Amino acid sequence: MKFTLRIWRQRGPRDRGRLVDYPIEISPDASFLEMLDVLNERLAGAGDEPIAFDHDCREGICGMCSLVIDGTPHGPEQATTTCQLHMRKFADGRTITVEPWRAKAFPVVKDLVVDRSAFDRIIRAGGYITAPTGTAPEAHSIPVPKPDADLAFQAAECIGCGACVAACPNGSAMLFTAAKATHLGLLPQGAPERYSRAVGMIAAHDELGFGGCTNTGECTAACPKEIPQDVIGRLNKDLLRAARHHDPGA
Amino acid sequence: MTVHNPYLVGAPLADTKAPAGPIENRWTTRKFEARLVNPANKRKKTIIVVGTGLAGGSAAATLGEQGYRVIQFCFQDSPRRAHSIAAQGGINAAKNYRNDGDSVYRLFYDTVKGGDYRARESNVHRLAEISTQIIDQCVAQGVPFAREYGGLLDNRSFGGTQVSRTFYARGQTGQQLLLGAYQALMRQVGAGTVELHARHEMLDLIMVDGVARGVVVRDLVTGAIGSHTADAVVLATGGYANVYFLSTNAMGSNVTAAWRAHRHGAYFGNPCFTQIHPTCIPPSGDHQSKLTLMSESLRNDGRVWVPERAGDDRPPGDIPEHERDYFLERRYPAFGNLVPRDIASRAAKNVCDEGRGVGPGGLGVYLDFAEAMTRLGPDVVKAKYANLFTMYERITGENPYRVPMRIYPAVHYTMGGLWVDYDLQSTVPGLFVIGEANFSDHGANRLGASALMQGLADGYFVLPTTIGDYLARTSAGEVPATAIEEAENRVTATIDRLLSIRGDRTVDSFHRRLGHLMWEYCGMERTAEGLRKAAELVPALRAEFWSRVDVPGSGTDLNQSLERAGRVADFLELAELMVIDALHRAESAGGHFRAESQTADGEAERDDENFAYVAAWEWNGPDRPPILHPEALEFEYAHPSTRSYK
Repeated sequence: MKFTLRIWRQRGPRDRGRLVDYPIEISPDASFLEMLDVLNERLAGAGDEPIAFDHDCREGICGMCSLVIDGTPHGPEQATTTCQLHMRKFADGRTITVEPWRAKAFPVVKDLVVDRSAFDRIIRAGGYITAPTGTAPEAHSIPVPKPDADLAFQAAECIGCGACVAACPNGSAMLFTAAKATHLGLLPQGAPERYSRAVGMIAAHDELGFGGCTNTGECTAACPKEIPQDVIGRLNKDLLRAARHHDPGA
Repeated sequence: MTVHNPYLVGAPLADTKAPAGPIENRWTTRKFEARLVNPANKRKKTIIVVGTGLAGGSAAATLGEQGYRVIQFCFQDSPRRAHSIAAQGGINAAKNYRNDGDSVYRLFYDTVKGGDYRARESNVHRLAEISTQIIDQCVAQGVPFAREYGGLLDNRSFGGTQVSRTFYARGQTGQQLLLGAYQALMRQVGAGTVELHARHEMLDLIMVDGVARGVVVRDLVTGAIGSHTADAVVLATGGYANVYFLSTNAMGSNVTAAWRAHRHGAYFGNPCFTQIHPTCIPPSGDHQSKLTLMSESLRNDGRVWVPERAGDDRPPGDIPEHERDYFLERRYPAFGNLVPRDIASRAAKNVCDEGRGVGPGGLGVYLDFAEAMTRLGPDVVKAKYANLFTMYERITGENPYRVPMRIYPAVHYTMGGLWVDYDLQSTVPGLFVIGEANFSDHGANRLGASALMQGLADGYFVLPTTIGDYLARTSAGEVPATAIEEAENRVTATIDRLLSIRGDRTVDSFHRRLGHLMWEYCGMERTAEGLRKAAELVPALRAEFWSRVDVPGSGTDLNQSLERAGRVADFLELAELMVIDALHRAESAGGHFRAESQTADGEAERDDENFAYVAAWEWNGPDRPPILHPEALEFEYAHPSTRSYK
């Protein structure tokens, strides 16, 4: 297959950046990232600097790959990370535009690489259950109803890629934050810190420059793990309750 | 180095840290005998942890909780990306929740046997003991393991065992366990006990009088070289399967930190023990960058087969039942499709070698769910394996609900790694190595669902005890500026050299070539002849690398070619050692199958008389033969027997 790749090149955070066209010929069985590998190999062979992009496991689970492809985070295929997107999904001969995540809280590092450390800071602000090592009770002493476990699991599947932020017109990380609040808040082990967790994570979220949530739903549509929008409702409910009854630290 | 004398033999190694006495008491005794650091002094002790996977993440979180000052590094943009996240299947624990006769002793026994009697009994027993605590810890953290309708934890079975002791979170167990450790870690970062540096790569050790006292790291964004000193250094940097270029490892997985420690005197244990995983998606073309593993748990319900007749290229649905060969069930009736990984991989290779493989190039066997769909119904199959089926369809374009999956073995896990004693300390004092980066516990073959168990056992429970003993016994002084300067100079010199060659070949072209050589001569089946050939070809490739590689860009910003170049340079050196180790071990054991050492019916033939030892290798310079230090293995409990799964 033949494509024209129109790729965002930006030398560093202070460079203005521009789109550059690269023709490429590639097997339909290649993944999107393998296509970039092939292009990079060609650039390196010609002594040019390859295009920087983030990727690691290439199995759709580490959340490190990104890329806005033709305006959509992770490209056109539903519920798919860029590393799991294959070229057979594109019409031959097309021009494909490739850009980095764009959000205030995710500054560009170089080319297609952005800094997503803000997500770690949200987790740091309460996205955990306080369970120091070696103090845990016997696992079977905490039964969890299967429906709760399944819902918690669904929220826990978030891979922290940031597609939700890239897709959101407000640059909000509400889906990411709410997924973690839902995962932990649904489990009996997570109940004691449920409200302080919600309050802490949201405070960090806002402070880090993520925008507010207006329920446009672009986040869920772009999420490669199909985290449902309900989680945002849950987080909002937790926040309301926290404001009315709970944590004085809120 | 001459091919006639590829290595020297040095003094044997004795691991003296495991207490004597009955095996079930050894860890308890060691914990009691370990000296303690009082809480006020813990604040004054600094520990560096390199890597944030299951082992590194859990270790740093726990050490932080204990009150130590921890400095941690990972090369990814976040600790949550460590490759442990991609482990699919599950984690073993001897909880006996299924009342099927499981016990700590049985898990211990299965693991020693599964490792083909090339692991240490004391370590393995400790691992089995701790396994139950790991599940408790993870559940308390909110890891959403699969549950029964009664609210209790569900289990399934895995390759190499006949009991159901594997805890799982759909096909994403590694992800959920890692996120548990990551969250515990971020809590400590928030509490200020752990100082975290993402996008930093360790490039050298700082050594003072033979003791590890810090690391030199490169900030991968700015290119800045920096130094951090500590009272002890912990490497939790994973395995080196990417030496083969194509493997199931993440693209960034590498051996650099471990290898550079090796160059400072940390012995490398059993480097030739590589696990080939039987259930991976076959490669599709030259663009291939990695191979994708499909969880071994699929073999619980999927049946493995090939056509009876060589060259039968009918679509699978057109091949009648009586013309199919369910070769695992036929050859290993007791374990069937659940034989351990080394056995399943080799059996698949054999049928492909006979010309009965399926798919492109005949490099594949079927993993068929048709029978399970009839027996369990599509909904149950979907509930159990949906995400794996989806992943398979994305990659291959085929729907596994309708046609059988095609699978082929691929390089997956490395049982070798830096040698450690019972305390997980390397031969460099002050340097501890945990998780896949060390050689211990799995012997010559790792059982499914045991990698996650070892990573977390080391990180949450073993290291935090044993490192305390080391810290209580040593009082580290100031690190002299000259030691830091020397280490930084070494790093800068290597980077400058890589950037100045400006040759005519890319980094990846060397990596691919190396991978090809290793798969060909040091892959699933090894021969003395092939290994001797590799012992000439690999050093030649290394020489070519240092004269012809072209690393574009500079050292002062994000330069992914430069990162890879350094890692490939280390893989090239490691590969030589793997070949020498494989050549010297003239027996078949687990993942190391020497064609000259097999029984009449094609099974691996171990040689306990001559090889019941760990081969720990000492670095002796880049072009000098390494020195072999054997550590004899004694089996008091799990008596070596022929490993039979028939």
